[in-house]
Amino acid sequence: MPIDIDIAKVARLARLALSDEELDLYRAQCEVVLEHAALVQALPTEGVEPTSHPLRRTNAFREDVVTECLDTEEVLAQAPDRDGNYFRVPPILEEP
Amino acid sequence: MTDLADLTLSEATSGLQGGEMTAVELLEAVHRRATMTEAQLHAYLNIDRPGAARAAVAADSALGKGAAVSKLTGIPVALKDNLVTRGLETTCSSKILAGYLPPYDATVVGRLREAGSVIVGKTNLDEFAMGSSTENSAYGTSRNPWNPERVPGGSSGGSAAAVAVGSALAALGSDTGGSIRQPASLCGIVGMKPTYGLVSRYGLIAFASSLDQIGPLTRTVTDSVTVLEALAGYDPADSTSHPGAVPDFRAGLERGVAGLRIGVVSELSGEGIDPQVQAAVARMVTSLEGEGAKVTEVSLPSFEYALSAYYLIAPAECSANLARFDGVRYGLRRDGDTVEEMMANTRAEGFGPEVTRRILLGTYALSAGYYDAFYGQAQRVRTLILNDFDSAYGQVDVLVSPTSPTTAFEVGARATDPLAMYMSDVCTIPSNLSGHPGISVPVGLDDAGLPIGFQVMAPALGEEVLFQVAAEVERIAGFSERPALANSRADI
Repeated sequence: MPIDIDIAKVARLARLALSDEELDLYRAQCEVVLEHAALVQALPTEGVEPTSHPLRRTNAFREDVVTECLDTEEVLAQAPDRDGNYFRVPPILEEP
Repeated sequence: MTDLADLTLSEATSGLQGGEMTAVELLEAVHRRATMTEAQLHAYLNIDRPGAARAAVAADSALGKGAAVSKLTGIPVALKDNLVTRGLETTCSSKILAGYLPPYDATVVGRLREAGSVIVGKTNLDEFAMGSSTENSAYGTSRNPWNPERVPGGSSGGSAAAVAVGSALAALGSDTGGSIRQPASLCGIVGMKPTYGLVSRYGLIAFASSLDQIGPLTRTVTDSVTVLEALAGYDPADSTSHPGAVPDFRAGLERGVAGLRIGVVSELSGEGIDPQVQAAVARMVTSLEGEGAKVTEVSLPSFEYALSAYYLIAPAECSANLARFDGVRYGLRRDGDTVEEMMANTRAEGFGPEVTRRILLGTYALSAGYYDAFYGQAQRVRTLILNDFDSAYGQVDVLVSPTSPTTAFEVGARATDPLAMYMSDVCTIPSNLSGHPGISVPVGLDDAGLPIGFQVMAPALGEEVLFQVAAEVERIAGFSERPALANSRADI
């Protein structure tokens, strides 16, 4: 099955700022892998339930009680940029 | 006199508890071995000398007082660097996590510490565990102690090389598609992937969550049992942790294989398997039959599609898991005018080529219009593979195959061909898709002097019979050769 990937769109969705040369290389490599992976489509699977997880289990619950949590200062010490107890990032919303 | 770095874990436990050596002496021997071999092997990213020294002193104190100790008290253990260690740099061999000091320990790390083991350091891996050779590390390739021109396998290649050469007595790895078993095979040691859920994944930096599992790399099967005993058990911090009883890993070790039904997987023999590997596996099967096992050939037809299904499911889960590396909370950040630009610049610079490729593959396979044809279909194939396993385990107790289709390949040989690299895991991937346990045991050397691994697979929570067969394989093989680099003595 021939695969044709809109690699620029995929890179945008994946938040990867790649150059045109990189996009060309990755498109070619991904197409080769996907052509092999597309072999799965040859298997008849009508009526077969998908398996998302090997244990086929449902939710795990615990008692709603306060337990020990991570130290705020230790966590924030790893932040590339912070403001007090906040992680700081570039503007998300434009000025009105 | 035996160099302490060449002891098995069990021998070292006896020596420590019998007062024949101290944990400090054992650690010194391991450090000496690392000093002699690291320039060639690069098994470690980071050797934590001060932390290990403190742990060794504490272990000696506990041993000296006759306090309650475990089999791991004073044992030097290495950790794959995708297991978080509080305050000790954890990088996943990625530039995006350079300098990251985790604020907590993985559950398995906590359990090793509580057991009194001495954490030697963090071992090299393919970036985010994506690879089969350790060549995808952002910090340089690890080498095979049997021949430094060859890869140690991967992705737990650093852990395998360290245990094989004696710069640790045991190590932890993670196995998503064979990443414990394949490097163990290529380095001539024992590597074991437990049943999914038996060992907590809390603090294992996730690659593909429905496939990842932590397990031990050791020199012997008994040592594998000893480490797994310390790791296994329910953990409320991992929602996929198995809440039921833990199997008795040790019960079958001395039992032999008489009367056991062993299935040889026909899809994992013949075509695509190196003839010398094939011959070594066939010889072992014949020997097992000679010990009273009932051997049959078993066909699991959907195995043919396992690799394809894996290379949809694993990248899909990876693209979701690695979305967390966005330059906000930890690790690398590159500037951008908007938050989206900042993230895209950070990720493009921080991730290496294989990780980038898999994120792109997974993003595509999950994107609108393709989801059902790729990811959905792969998940249905996963069901067929589970059905094949279930039907096989109706006829046999364990399945056997080679661990890796070839012995260690040369550095660079598969580096530019992703598909050829992916084929390295063709024998190990089915057990990840099914969540079943698997183990690789060394059974001999090929003509080039490189180790050959024999894989045993068992049903979910079938670790007792898995270790039973593995122990017999080990006994029959009598594999006692040591890699050339382990013999590099102190005269250097």
